[in-house]
Amino acid sequence: MTPPDQHAAPSIGPLPSPLPSPLPRPPEELRALRRVWRMPKGIAVLTEVNNNLIGCLYIGTALLFFVISGLLALAMRAQLALPENDLLDHGTYNQFFTVHGTGMMFLFAVPIVEAIGVYLIPAMLAARDLPFPRLSAFAFWAYFFGGTFFFCSLIFDAAPDGGWFMYPPLTSFEFSPGINADFWLLGIGFIEISAIAGAIEIIVGILRTRPPGMTLDKLPIFCWSMLVMAGMIVFAFPAVIVATLLLELERVFQWPFFIAELGGDALLWQHLFWFFGHPEVYIIFLPAAGLVSMMVPTLAQRPLIGHNLVVLALVGTGFFSFGLWVHHMFTTGIPQLSLSFFSAASMAVAVPSGIQVFAWIATLGKGRVRWIVPTWFMMGFLFIFVLGGLTGVMVAVVPFDWQVHDSYFIVAHLHYVLIGGMVFPLFATLYYWWPTLNGTMLSERLGRWAFWLMFGGFNIAFFPMHIAGLLGMPRRVYTYPGDLGWNALNMVSTVGAFILAAGVAIVLLDMARNALGRGRPTGDNPWNAGTLDWIPNDNYATRSIPRVTSLYPLWDQPGLSRQVQEGGHYLPGAPTGRRETIITSPIEAKPQYLMPMPGPHWGHVLAGLFTALHFMCLTVQWYWLSLVPAVLAIAMVMWWLWGLDLGEDAPPQDIGGGQRVPVYVQGASNHSWWGMVVLLLVDGTAFTCIVFAYLFLWTVSPDVWPADSGALPGLEWYAGGVALWVAAALALRWASGSLRRNRRAGLLAGLAATLLLMVGGIVTDAWAQIDSGLVGAASAYGAITYMLVAWQGFHVAVMLLMIGYTLARTVCGLVHAERRVTFDNIALMGWYTAAQGVLALSVVHLFPRFLA
Amino acid sequence: MPTRRTGRPRTPPRWPRLDGGLALAAVLLLAACEGRQSALDPGAANARDILVTTWVLFVGGTVIFVGVMALAVWAVVASPERFPGARSWVIGGGIVFPVVTLTVLQVHEFGLARRLVTLAADPALTVEVTGHMWWWDVRYREPGGGPLRSANEIVIPAGRPVEFRVDSADVIHSFWMPSLAGKIDMIPGRVNRLSIVAERPGVYRGQCAEYCGAQHALMAFDVIVMEPERFDAWLADQRRPAPDPAEPELARGRDAFFAFGCQSCHAVRGTPAVSRIGPDLTHVGGRLSIGAGSFATNVGSLAGWIASAQHLKPENRMPSFDVMDGETLRAMAAWLESLK
Repeated sequence: MTPPDQHAAPSIGPLPSPLPSPLPRPPEELRALRRVWRMPKGIAVLTEVNNNLIGCLYIGTALLFFVISGLLALAMRAQLALPENDLLDHGTYNQFFTVHGTGMMFLFAVPIVEAIGVYLIPAMLAARDLPFPRLSAFAFWAYFFGGTFFFCSLIFDAAPDGGWFMYPPLTSFEFSPGINADFWLLGIGFIEISAIAGAIEIIVGILRTRPPGMTLDKLPIFCWSMLVMAGMIVFAFPAVIVATLLLELERVFQWPFFIAELGGDALLWQHLFWFFGHPEVYIIFLPAAGLVSMMVPTLAQRPLIGHNLVVLALVGTGFFSFGLWVHHMFTTGIPQLSLSFFSAASMAVAVPSGIQVFAWIATLGKGRVRWIVPTWFMMGFLFIFVLGGLTGVMVAVVPFDWQVHDSYFIVAHLHYVLIGGMVFPLFATLYYWWPTLNGTMLSERLGRWAFWLMFGGFNIAFFPMHIAGLLGMPRRVYTYPGDLGWNALNMVSTVGAFILAAGVAIVLLDMARNALGRGRPTGDNPWNAGTLDWIPNDNYATRSIPRVTSLYPLWDQPGLSRQVQEGGHYLPGAPTGRRETIITSPIEAKPQYLMPMPGPHWGHVLAGLFTALHFMCLTVQWYWLSLVPAVLAIAMVMWWLWGLDLGEDAPPQDIGGGQRVPVYVQGASNHSWWGMVVLLLVDGTAFTCIVFAYLFLWTVSPDVWPADSGALPGLEWYAGGVALWVAAALALRWASGSLRRNRRAGLLAGLAATLLLMVGGIVTDAWAQIDSGLVGAASAYGAITYMLVAWQGFHVAVMLLMIGYTLARTVCGLVHAERRVTFDNIALMGWYTAAQGVLALSVVHLFPRFLA
Repeated sequence: MPTRRTGRPRTPPRWPRLDGGLALAAVLLLAACEGRQSALDPGAANARDILVTTWVLFVGGTVIFVGVMALAVWAVVASPERFPGARSWVIGGGIVFPVVTLTVLQVHEFGLARRLVTLAADPALTVEVTGHMWWWDVRYREPGGGPLRSANEIVIPAGRPVEFRVDSADVIHSFWMPSLAGKIDMIPGRVNRLSIVAERPGVYRGQCAEYCGAQHALMAFDVIVMEPERFDAWLADQRRPAPDPAEPELARGRDAFFAFGCQSCHAVRGTPAVSRIGPDLTHVGGRLSIGAGSFATNVGSLAGWIASAQHLKPENRMPSFDVMDGETLRAMAAWLESLK
């Protein structure tokens, strides 16, 4: 790694090897590129999938939800300014804090870090787009419509009021009979969809669309942080998906997962929720830390010190964060020895954060720091985040946590780590990367005002809360008595909150001013940054895709930006006449094939809308009507997919550098195969969570499990079920073999047989339980047993759609031995479903027998 | 009509008892506050031990914070040549220092937590507390004695180990007396334990710490720590059932209590009222507050509560009996107030 060359002097060293594409380029090349990537005009702009546009819409929507959630917080602070205030009544206040927390965590924080990923990752990788652009766009639209519905519940006084972690039994049918809680489940449902879609996109994007030469050790830190974050989503979100499913099933069918009298347990929710909820905090923080690690080297004008250690710290945080969910449950009466383990894990996670903090400080120390608005926000971030991190170590001390848990001390702590750890870096990001948006700068002067108001206001608002908590003020109280010493602290907090809001308002004003054309135009790389995101780009991303030989290519590869802009690197045009990008190998980033990219389409927009409408109907309990948007949403997805998987419709193309790559590959190197594998990891984790719930409920209430095996369905049901699932897998294998030999009849018969055997399997599984007289609502045992059956049933329904779709394509002649990606993807799901069927059956039939 | 939503008349401020130089800092911090619901003003061994750790954490945290910030400021202000070291900061500050400090802290914590959970291995008194939306059902159990039921106020002896066994009748609540000990959750279907040894007689306040629905904010209780001898006398007195009304007005109040069906939720020992749906009222007049720590107990507040419970604490399970004439209302309040 060499230091940056600020004076652009000719580099001394080996002569640059010839460019991958000889210059100058023929002019029609750029024209083709422009034509292919042109944004649709008029209303059709909604159909665009390009990451630049979707990323901006995504960020904008998340900021809108941030502002709404923030206004709710101001109303709450106004209520708490005085003791026994009656500005808000209890019901309104309880709705406000629930929507504030849910909105901030699920509809602002997670989406905006994914949105920044969608916007920045392709730029940092100089990829034309992410590998599944319509999936990103679909995730955005579902999130946009769903989030809007969620906030609308406030207008109808029907907003959720159970707190953002929604502990049952308070949130179950007995104590929250209204639809308020369902609105929470709706909001969370969307973030589940968009988070998983985003994770798949980000993992495959980072591993497969890097520019040639960008081996993993040259991957920018932000991409590392997003890769870890996406990996955490894969393993954390399934827990909350399962938790919300269980809660909704309990609310609708009275399946008693969380009801103690019937063998359920309120703590099951807490385990599942926090197994997701703690990694969630790092899902929010790691990308922000990654952004800081990108900005610090630029501001200091030198490479990041301890790059490898920082990468290790990111991976370590991701790993540790799964081992400390119980630190949200120190007061639930869990045995002391277990608490000590989780306490130690909670402290251990301070180490990776410490590594990053000192790496940033050392880098700033060894460089000449440039004082611009992002620098101020970064220093503010360091101040707030280090303080929040230290109180984090404090609350990891179990006896101390017994005092401050669920008090205002925790309110202070969580805002220090979330606002400090995420919002301040976010505002630094807005000021830092704004020039990549439209070539102008946000105002330095307004930015400094905003920073000081936000920094001052934040500390005035939240520091006193530490003391209020120690003085015994519990969180989530809509009022408090005036003689407990809390009055002055609360008044100060309220004043601070309004100052903080004024700072945010100035940033919004600045952005509006800039959008009206008042921004100062700037050069291509105003901060003299070293990474590819600062090469000027257009809707087609960069003119050509650079060959990368360094971690800071713009610093270490002189003239790179100009070579790229002139088309001197890879893929300077659109050789097949459509949107496409280079897929490279996951470690070495060697070009493998040219991937045709899906372009603008109505399918995914309407699919997003109908998905939101479907959940909306479910929320207001129009169950039958909800089928209409569900069917339409599925139809839209199939419409959007139908034109993809084109097969080898063009000869291998020259992408420059003497590389000729195919336009279609199948099997394990296809990008969509990777996407499917990531999805199955999510799926498998969700199944594991359900099995965990089964075992957990058994340890809590073994008495509701059958005492003797006479009450269970006979073993013949088990044997029959297993036989059907195995047969389904064999039929699928036969279909695959027929496809390889291009025997269409065999393929059709094999797929149809798979489908029938799977339907037979699920009917057998379900009937065995119904026949034995088991009732879901009678006990936690019944509920969790039927849950395993229902989960398998859901997979069979998915297979029904997938196989139906593949059969239709086969009949239309769109599936054959050289065009089998669609089949390979559904086959992965098929094999997974069969394997899961056998496992689920084994749990349901063998575990109770083993006990009896 | 009650006007103050507070526990009871003010008590003279207590100065925190802390050791050594920390006392000054504590006095400054607490200059303006009363400590009856404060983790910084302990009245029991538990809260006192935790407070010592709190100060260790605060002082240590402050030193680290100031050090890191000073380094950060130096990093941005000083020229690169004058900033010593580079990667060594990452290894020293980011790995070695936290590993050493956190290991020491972990050992300290483990010892403290073990000491606290074994504080009352052989309790002299067990108090069972059940959380309800939004009040507290309290039962006292002494070795050898039968249970004694009360509500919304807990009296314990100083210097004797006491074990609380807490659970919930509906949703999750959390039992927190900041001046005495850390909190413990009340979870339906589970019984959690909290052992404490109170040290300083006085009146403290506890509050529900886990959000439990509409009136989570108004779910508090008083805790009275008594000298052991006074406690024994108090407990013996509490076993006494409610006396027959001594005056006609009180008798009228009692009759109204039954006429309006109050016994369908409440119990008053010594009368036919035995229901356990609402708080036990046998000694309600002797308790400091009503409405789960919401209003000071007196005839006025009792009458106000009976007539407009839904206005004072909306959605609580007690209806407003606003159909009573004023005289009957006053009589009923007077009778309840007489149940000392």
